[in-house]
Amino acid sequence: MYKIVRKKELNPTVTLMDIDAPLVAKKAEPGQFIILRVDENGERIPLTVADFDREKGTVTIIFQIVGATTEKLNHLKEGEYIHDFVGPLGVASHTDGLKKVAVVGGGVGCAIAYPIAKKLHNLGCEVHAVVGFRNKDLVILEDEFKANSSIMKIMTDDGSYGTKGLVTDALKELIEGGNKYDEVIAIGPLIMMKFVCKLTKEYGIKTVVSMNPIMIDGTGMCGGCRLTVGGETKFACVDGPDFDGHLVDFDEAMERGTMYKEFETKRREEVCNLFKNA
Amino acid sequence: MPNMSLKKNEMPVQDANVRNKNFSEVALGYTEEQAVDEANRCLNCKNKPCVGGCPVSIDIPDFIAKIKERDFEGAYQIIAKSSSLPAVCGRVCPQETQCESKCVRGVKGEPVGIGRLERFVADWHNAHSTEAPAVPEKNGHKCAVIGAGPSGLTCAGDLAKMGYDVTVFEALHLAGGVLVYGIPEFRLPKSIVQHEVDNLKALGVKINTNVVVGKTIEVDELFADGYEAIFIGSGAGLPNFMNIPGENLKGVYSANEFLTRVNLMKAYKPDADTPIKKNMNVAVVGGGNVAMDAARCAKRLGAENVYIVYRRGEEEMPARNEEIEHAKEEGIIFKTLNNPVEILGDEHKFVTGMKCVEMELGEPDQSGRRRPIPKEGSEFTLDVDCVVMSIGTSPNPLIRNTTKGLETNKHGCFIADENGQTSRKGVFAGGDAVTGAATVILAMGAGKTAAKAMDEYIKSGK
Repeated sequence: MYKIVRKKELNPTVTLMDIDAPLVAKKAEPGQFIILRVDENGERIPLTVADFDREKGTVTIIFQIVGATTEKLNHLKEGEYIHDFVGPLGVASHTDGLKKVAVVGGGVGCAIAYPIAKKLHNLGCEVHAVVGFRNKDLVILEDEFKANSSIMKIMTDDGSYGTKGLVTDALKELIEGGNKYDEVIAIGPLIMMKFVCKLTKEYGIKTVVSMNPIMIDGTGMCGGCRLTVGGETKFACVDGPDFDGHLVDFDEAMERGTMYKEFETKRREEVCNLFKNA
Repeated sequence: MPNMSLKKNEMPVQDANVRNKNFSEVALGYTEEQAVDEANRCLNCKNKPCVGGCPVSIDIPDFIAKIKERDFEGAYQIIAKSSSLPAVCGRVCPQETQCESKCVRGVKGEPVGIGRLERFVADWHNAHSTEAPAVPEKNGHKCAVIGAGPSGLTCAGDLAKMGYDVTVFEALHLAGGVLVYGIPEFRLPKSIVQHEVDNLKALGVKINTNVVVGKTIEVDELFADGYEAIFIGSGAGLPNFMNIPGENLKGVYSANEFLTRVNLMKAYKPDADTPIKKNMNVAVVGGGNVAMDAARCAKRLGAENVYIVYRRGEEEMPARNEEIEHAKEEGIIFKTLNNPVEILGDEHKFVTGMKCVEMELGEPDQSGRRRPIPKEGSEFTLDVDCVVMSIGTSPNPLIRNTTKGLETNKHGCFIADENGQTSRKGVFAGGDAVTGAATVILAMGAGKTAAKAMDEYIKSGK
């Protein structure tokens, strides 16, 4: 059992939790993920490590309430316990030799982009942050990104905060403005990553994306997380989750992500009703 | 007077058309009367050929003699001296190629039903015994076991019995390895595995779940933490795919994923959060026990047609005869001498069919089995909405990639001698991690041998 030592609502649908997991905290690096199970009958879901504190022995997770499991997770309070919490899994993000990087985050994907921005910034790399949200109410980690970047662009779909437009608009402007990036790191919805990659390919800028497909064990055992990267099948859990975005077959990944959509919608309704009746 | 019947006592089973709709155990086990009657078929041979066929050398005639006397607990105690998991082995061991293949009664008629008797004795003990096992006196030495599957649990049990302080590290949230994620409930109820795991805990074995060695902690850190010898029983968990077009369509599973969803995550239960798609027509590719398990699960989940698609003939299938028979009784359709060449999908990338080619058998290949050759122009499409690839697994690279000095072969299996000693001092390995995918009992045998070698290694002071 793993204690929730802090819980904070970042916006109406996104929650942050610090989990007491000293073994995971000791090893975790940006880019890696954990797998958790809320309760005895729970499914195993992967969540990317948003932060960690090796001394306190805590790992931070940030999740969007999208299905039954995240709904249940969000109902747990500070001081309560998560049944299972295992990690760190996957390969850590490569940061060696990077001098100037644009970190692009979309929605809750910013939670994953943030620790990488922080690590790069701490390593002395020049970080430009481009973060996008649907609207002002959904903006998360603004101060954190600001503290770890020299240029920060906030984009919203409806213009209610920052600049109206897409992250690709801001990124294009930065590139056109003469910024020469060693790498672009894009983390967010598949469709966003796909279009960031399309843009950076035109400019020949290496782009790394973090993939978050359906998984069970997270150790290479089930193969449910397989992706096509450069024409080859890769397992996101052990070969990734970071991949060269110019080689990822995003259309296939988007299709695979919808495999259990119907079940997930139904199950979430059931869980919501349980909480309503309780 | 020995019972001279040429046939084994039949094991009562659930009716095929009932059981193919539920997940309860298929075989129901002997009654006391049936067990005693079967035990009386044993001639108590002086040279005990059956014992030589058992990878963990259970004193078979001795435990059977106790059944004849109706001393079922006495029988259990004899088995327990050699096996840590009798209720498991009585169910999943391929006895027909091991102990029972050596039985003198098998020369003329059927051999003694040793497996069924072992199962009976273990179940009798679990149902009747209330005595906690005696906790051995600790010898002050620490050992670590990586992986809570058959080899790891056996190794841990044997070491604990010798007085070692044993900690097992398990990557999943539950101990049991393939016994909990792979072998289905209807063949091996999970309560039985849990019972065996609880027995080990009562012996003082600590089981740390949710620890992925190679990620959460590394082998060298275990030594630094004071573990003097380490056993690696990490299994062969990486699924193989065929690398044919369409394998990433929705509805294509590895057998590992399919079985893990159903068994470990209990996707067949309405209150489980883990989904599994309801499929009407399922093709399982492969001919091993795992393929049979996957096919029988698919049937139980409500599929109308479940096919086993195998590129060789039924004769060449690696699955146990009993599993093949059970699958057929339950309505699984065998399409042998067929090989998939492509999986077809609709515009939403859901599986709609599998293109296969007919095969014929040529000359024997390296495995000694006749090599399957495609028949030209024989392509046809099987209408299926789900494909389960059950064509084998490979060892996980997480430990070998993070541990210096551990040699592996070209398949990624750890190289270990007959005692389980690897290329690195103090590190032992066994089970599928060494042999590649094999059986539960062979893994248990390896765990047992390694426990003995680890004891000698520690006692000899390196």
